[in-house]
Amino acid sequence: MQLSHFSAALVFSLFASIVFGITQKNDARSMLRYGAYCFALFVGGVVVGGWFLWVLKH
Amino acid sequence: MAENKPATPSAYPITTQSIIVLILGWLVPGAGHLMLKKWWRGLLLLISVLAMFALGIGMQGKVYSPNTGDILDMLGFVGDVGSGILYFAAQIMDLGRGAIHIAVADYGTKFIIVAGLLNIMAAIDAHHIAIGKKA
Repeated sequence: MQLSHFSAALVFSLFASIVFGITQKNDARSMLRYGAYCFALFVGGVVVGGWFLWVLKH
Repeated sequence: MAENKPATPSAYPITTQSIIVLILGWLVPGAGHLMLKKWWRGLLLLISVLAMFALGIGMQGKVYSPNTGDILDMLGFVGDVGSGILYFAAQIMDLGRGAIHIAVADYGTKFIIVAGLLNIMAAIDAHHIAIGKKA
C-alpha cells in the first residue's frame, strides 16, 4: 500500500482525533467539537510544519 | 506520632466489572465500551484502532517482538502490544516484518504503535465509565 505523506497524515489525524474526542470528553457534542479541534490542530500542524521546512530549505 | 485514620472508601470504587472492561477493552478494541452498552463509541473506537493497525500493516510497517535491546525497540513493543488481539494475530500470521527500503514503511510502523497507544486510552476510558468517573 502506497499512501502519500499528506494522505498518511490526514488518515492518522482523523483516527487519532476520533479516539481523542471519545476518550477526553463526556457528552456527544463536546466529543464532536474536541475531535474536530484535534483534527484541525493535527492538519494545521502538518501544513505549518511543511511551510516551515520549505522556508528553511530556501 | 502518626494517627491511625480509618480507611475512607474511594469515591470511585473498583469493581469486578470495571477490571473486566479494562482487560476486554485492551484485548479487543472498543469491546470495553460495547460491554457498557456505549454502542457508537465502541464501534468508532473499533474502526479507528483497527483501521490504523491495518493501514500500518498495509504500509509494511514493523511489528516489534519482545526484546531487551534498544530502548526505542522496547518502547515500540510496549506500544504495539497495546493493540491486544490485533498484535497477537499479527505475530501469529508473521505480519509486520518491516521493509526498510520503503519510505512509507516507517509511517506504517508509527501507525501500528499509535493504534496500540490509542487502544490503551480507550480501555482506560471504558474503565473510567465503569467506575462512574465518566459519563
